Amino acid sequence: MEENRTVPLNTRILTRIQFKNRFTFRKHFGLGQIGAYILLIFWTFTTIYPLIWILINSFKTTNEIVKNSFNLPSSFNMTNYMNAFQKMGIGRSYLNSLIISGSTVLLVVLFGGMAAFIMARFDFKLKKFIYTLFLGSLMFPAFATIVPVFTMLRKAQLINKHIGLILPQTAGNLAFAIIILTGFMMSIPIELEEAAVVEGAAPWQVYVRIVVPISKPSFATVSIFTFLWSYNDLFMPLIILRNKDVQPINVLLSHISSQYGTDYGLMAAAVAIIIVPVLIVYFSAQKYIIKGLTAGAIKG
Amino acid sequence: MQIYKDKKIIVLFLAPSLIIIGLFLYYPFAMSFYKSFFNWDGFLTSKFIGLGNYRRLFSDVMIHKAIINTFTLMILVIIFQVGTALLLAVVLDSIKAGAKFFRVVYFLPIVISATAIGLMFKLIYMYDGGLLNGIRALMGLEPIVWITEKTALLAVAVPTIWHYVGFYFVILITAINRIPLDLYESAYLDGITGVSKTIYITIPLIWDIIKVCLVLAITGTLKVFDLPYVITQGGPFGASEFLGTYMNTKTFTDQVFGYGATIAVLIVVLGVVISSIVNKLLKSEEITF
Repeated sequence: MEENRTVPLNTRILTRIQFKNRFTFRKHFGLGQIGAYILLIFWTFTTIYPLIWILINSFKTTNEIVKNSFNLPSSFNMTNYMNAFQKMGIGRSYLNSLIISGSTVLLVVLFGGMAAFIMARFDFKLKKFIYTLFLGSLMFPAFATIVPVFTMLRKAQLINKHIGLILPQTAGNLAFAIIILTGFMMSIPIELEEAAVVEGAAPWQVYVRIVVPISKPSFATVSIFTFLWSYNDLFMPLIILRNKDVQPINVLLSHISSQYGTDYGLMAAAVAIIIVPVLIVYFSAQKYIIKGLTAGAIKG
Repeated sequence: MQIYKDKKIIVLFLAPSLIIIGLFLYYPFAMSFYKSFFNWDGFLTSKFIGLGNYRRLFSDVMIHKAIINTFTLMILVIIFQVGTALLLAVVLDSIKAGAKFFRVVYFLPIVISATAIGLMFKLIYMYDGGLLNGIRALMGLEPIVWITEKTALLAVAVPTIWHYVGFYFVILITAINRIPLDLYESAYLDGITGVSKTIYITIPLIWDIIKVCLVLAITGTLKVFDLPYVITQGGPFGASEFLGTYMNTKTFTDQVFGYGATIAVLIVVLGVVISSIVNKLLKSEEITF
């Protein structure tokens, strides 16, 4: 093999599977393979079974659960779910979660995209400093900032209002978004934009008409991550949104064990309710999630 | 590649992001740091006490517990979370089919919120009808209380670890997949397979990524809050109190904002220090391919 051979990945002579088939010494499923599969399936089991267990139990009454938590429910009892929606006002929290997370995603995509465009295509004096600012903002845990943020919001009378949570959450997610989007935009061939500039387009037009549509996959990844992170955040909503009417579903859930601690069926249903939408989003979008994460993670 | 002549857009497009980040991240952190030198109840009473809060850090018994717990959790996380992820990633690399399926499944817990997972495990640990005691019943054993002063830390560690194994797994498996196959060919022709191949070839080649995972896991442990808060609220008697939960208690339950800010500063400082130490300790040559 010559030392300087550079073979682009997609013209590699053997694909990974072909390589494995050729160079693994057993042509059939040997002992090593079986052991590997056993371990992997075992972990699959430990990953999935708790979720299934919760789902099964959400259809049982608390008494049934106490007696035996492993059986399939005798009937698909919807009492727990009805309780959840009525007693706990889960419907309302869902709406709140949607409003908060949706708005955060919108702001992050809007502002992050614009900033990424500049970072990817322009050179200017303070560029390195600003990039460090963006990178540095990843360092701050919510604890370090929450108290002054709370004070600020209180002075501006934004406590217990959706926007009071949306703004800090946007701040927390912008750095991640900008870094991912900048990386992506830098990899777009510049010829398309050049052509547009030659025809007299202003930069913002080039951004809106060319860069944004091409960057859709990256925007998709960023949106999904931002939505997940915002939807799952507990700490900030707990502090900023004290009024039950505006609490997202996470916060409601954290109160449930103190309020309804002994109604196990209700608790199982509540967990199922909060998890199911996330699962749906995940299974439909998992391609983007995993791809987007690894692209960003390896680079830095 | 300067193709854009108009410079006005720079300020226009950067301003919103910079303003939001400055206002809600940098400014508050500076304020936190400033206020850590005060006695502050969050409202009007604010008395400068210099290093008083920091001195209190030294004598506070709970802080010692929280720090010990946090570091214990860190070690458990390094060994079991990153460790399991590495094991799974390496094993996955050796099988011929089904890789995609396992990737999708293992990543699943991460999209679920820590709160939901906390509640889920609370149900699992329950005395009456919990999953674990149910298993004991099936084996003919008596139910036991799973969360006691001795076991609380472990009880919280298990879901914490379980939650994010998939995250590091996906990062590691991607890194492994990027290793060019030529690097393996000569090894295979020499007859090196299986465990030795893993130890001597695969792991050194992804060492940089393993470092990244370790730093992420460590700093993540410093910030842990949602899970312990939901399962045990730091009890019983501080057995599962971590830096994150303690900061929350001090600030919002006890309303001692100045001291809470001090703890926050401690968390950030620890994070920076430990990350640099880990990076220095695990230094290796840059391998690029």
